[in-house]
Amino acid sequence: MDHIETTQPMELVGTGPTRRVVLTVGGGLGLATFLAACGVGGGSGASGGAGSGKGAIRALVMKQAGYSEEDIRKMTSTFQAANPDIKVTLDFVAYEALHDKTVAAAPAGTYDVVLIDVIWPAEFGTKKIVADVSSKWPASWKEQMLGGAVATPQYNSHFYGVPWILDTKYLFFNTAHLAKAKVDAAQLDTWDGVLKAARALKASGVTKYPLVWSWQQAEALICDYTTLLGAFGGTFLDGSGKPAFQHGGGVQALEFMHQSITDGLTNPTSTQSLEEDVRRVFSAGQASMAMNWTYMFGMANDPKQSQVAGDVAVLQTPAGPGGRPGVNGSMALAVSAQSQHQDAAWKYITYLTSPPVQDKFALSSLPVWKSSYDDAAVVKTNPAVVEQAKKQLADLILRPQVKNYNAISLVLQAEIQNALVGKKPAQQALNDAADKTATLLGP
Amino acid sequence: MSVPQVAAAPVKKLGARGSGARGEARFAFLLLLPAALVVFGVVLYPVARTFVVSLFAVDSPLPGSYPFVGLGNYTRVFRDPDFYGVLGNTMYFTLVSTGAELILGTAVALLLNAPLRARWFWRSLVVLPWALPTIVNGALWRWIYNGQYGALNGLLEALHISSTPVQWLGSPFLALNMVIAADVWKNTSIVVFFILAGLQTIPSDLYEAARIDGASAWSAFWRLTLPLLAPSIAVVLVLRTIEAFKVFDIIYVMTGGGPASGTQTVAFYTYLQAFSNQLFGYGSALAYLIVVAVFALAMVYLRLLRQGQMAGVE
Repeated sequence: MDHIETTQPMELVGTGPTRRVVLTVGGGLGLATFLAACGVGGGSGASGGAGSGKGAIRALVMKQAGYSEEDIRKMTSTFQAANPDIKVTLDFVAYEALHDKTVAAAPAGTYDVVLIDVIWPAEFGTKKIVADVSSKWPASWKEQMLGGAVATPQYNSHFYGVPWILDTKYLFFNTAHLAKAKVDAAQLDTWDGVLKAARALKASGVTKYPLVWSWQQAEALICDYTTLLGAFGGTFLDGSGKPAFQHGGGVQALEFMHQSITDGLTNPTSTQSLEEDVRRVFSAGQASMAMNWTYMFGMANDPKQSQVAGDVAVLQTPAGPGGRPGVNGSMALAVSAQSQHQDAAWKYITYLTSPPVQDKFALSSLPVWKSSYDDAAVVKTNPAVVEQAKKQLADLILRPQVKNYNAISLVLQAEIQNALVGKKPAQQALNDAADKTATLLGP
Repeated sequence: MSVPQVAAAPVKKLGARGSGARGEARFAFLLLLPAALVVFGVVLYPVARTFVVSLFAVDSPLPGSYPFVGLGNYTRVFRDPDFYGVLGNTMYFTLVSTGAELILGTAVALLLNAPLRARWFWRSLVVLPWALPTIVNGALWRWIYNGQYGALNGLLEALHISSTPVQWLGSPFLALNMVIAADVWKNTSIVVFFILAGLQTIPSDLYEAARIDGASAWSAFWRLTLPLLAPSIAVVLVLRTIEAFKVFDIIYVMTGGGPASGTQTVAFYTYLQAFSNQLFGYGSALAYLIVVAVFALAMVYLRLLRQGQMAGVE
């Protein structure tokens, strides 16, 4: 043992790395790291390819509103049965994570198919995150699909996907509550009438807060604001592309929102709620009226998930002085620009968006095809919503179609919330939002 | 048996310093290579790359040629009015949550160090909040705080404290404090364990001597326990301050930064700029500033700790 102890240090001195070696290797590694990092952008940089039309593909979809996870899995398994040489793996995320996950996964080309919102084609298309599929788009689709659907994946006359979820926000109300408070449903045709009805419902004690909305600091807030902005005759941008929401209808819409909170007509949890929170409160009978997407009708009328099943009715968005345009909340399936299996991805997308598949799942989301609305089977699936959709889907309002929409939306979300929680008057909040938006839009 | 063989080998190597020695050095490097590659891949490369990206106006995740802006992204941070708001929120979050965790954690650790019945059970119980993933913790507290059907309002009503539901996450400042409370609930556990470990290193005869000298429990705590706990407190303070300064996930789940940006922190703001707005250059500059701030905090703490130890020695 002693012998070993005396020889070990000698060996270490003799063969161990000297300071110079350590510094050289460390410095070299550092320099190599820096140089390797010098290519700016990220990822491998590999661009996508058509592939053989076979193989394994991965799709990123949403687990919220529209088609349910179960619907999408059923559609996918029938697709795989018909196309055994294509294997589809599905990843579900909340809407709030969809954009950022698409961005983060883009360099690696993780996904072959991504679900994109109507507000993203400008950003994803110009940044080449999703593929331009204009050449694959049959001209006939423009005629066969509803106008709001055709506009969904479009930017600067290019198509960046195929519309899949055609949706807008409808006004849902509880018929039993209205009957109890002796409120005529016809009153809900205008926003003035909605406020009157809310006052009557509150006064009669049917619901403490008759209205509930998704006004959390998120895109859901902008969807409701867009609906009201349209109803009050406002626009996001003027003809020259400058912010215009700080004038007229834009301000009135925000004042309407804030007033409904201070009057105790809107549930104060609205400023912390997303669409699913709205559905839960409405389905628990704790609200008499709510704005939400198509999917709520089926779920709020399902006795397994709702205490108000059978009492839920739906109307198109109420009218204001500027009309009743509904927010275009549609979504499209896009091929990832970095996908190595773009042909297989396209096959999957065209299957999911095809009329037979969309007609079959019309209860969750209404089809994008005009012919579906005359199909008795589709109408039978969701007669109440189809009746309203026929009127509403012809009159939709888009959020600004600009490359940095997300940045503008974040600004608007923060400033609208500033007004809703009483930190700023509506006009000042929108003026501040307009200043920041003007900077983001550039000269 | 093998001793003479082991002893003989180095002599041979030393005598023939050259190929044999280099061979062993090469072998040593070969063994270190996997670890070096991992460090290179997951630490050095991202750190260097983030710095490079922060010098360019990168606005896409994909490769491309982006304008070089030098320190432009860094100066932009200081011209960004929203940054000061989120910095204020972050400082408040860090100070209050770390302070509350330290006070509460020390109190619980002292309790768990006392000769309690079923002490092992209470000690295991304290681990639970810490073992919970932050995402689950955030979702849990989001439900508890819900103004419509949350358990906290239900409890207050059952105890006849308040019949009007409170919107715990409804106003910016209150929401920030409620998120801090949720964070404290989860992270006090780790403070408890650090302090408890420190308490167990204090010899009991010191307390005995203090008692004989007529020291009260209170003065024994201030003059004996606390100074001897200083190293444990310093370590846990560094860890918790750094973690609190980087807070992201609990905010993402509980409030999404709202209401009215009242719960937006620097890390959350960085994420929004980088991924939602695709301003990767600006986001990288923000991330680097977080690193600098955390590094500065760590240096201050470690210096304080060293001074404390020196003072102790004297």
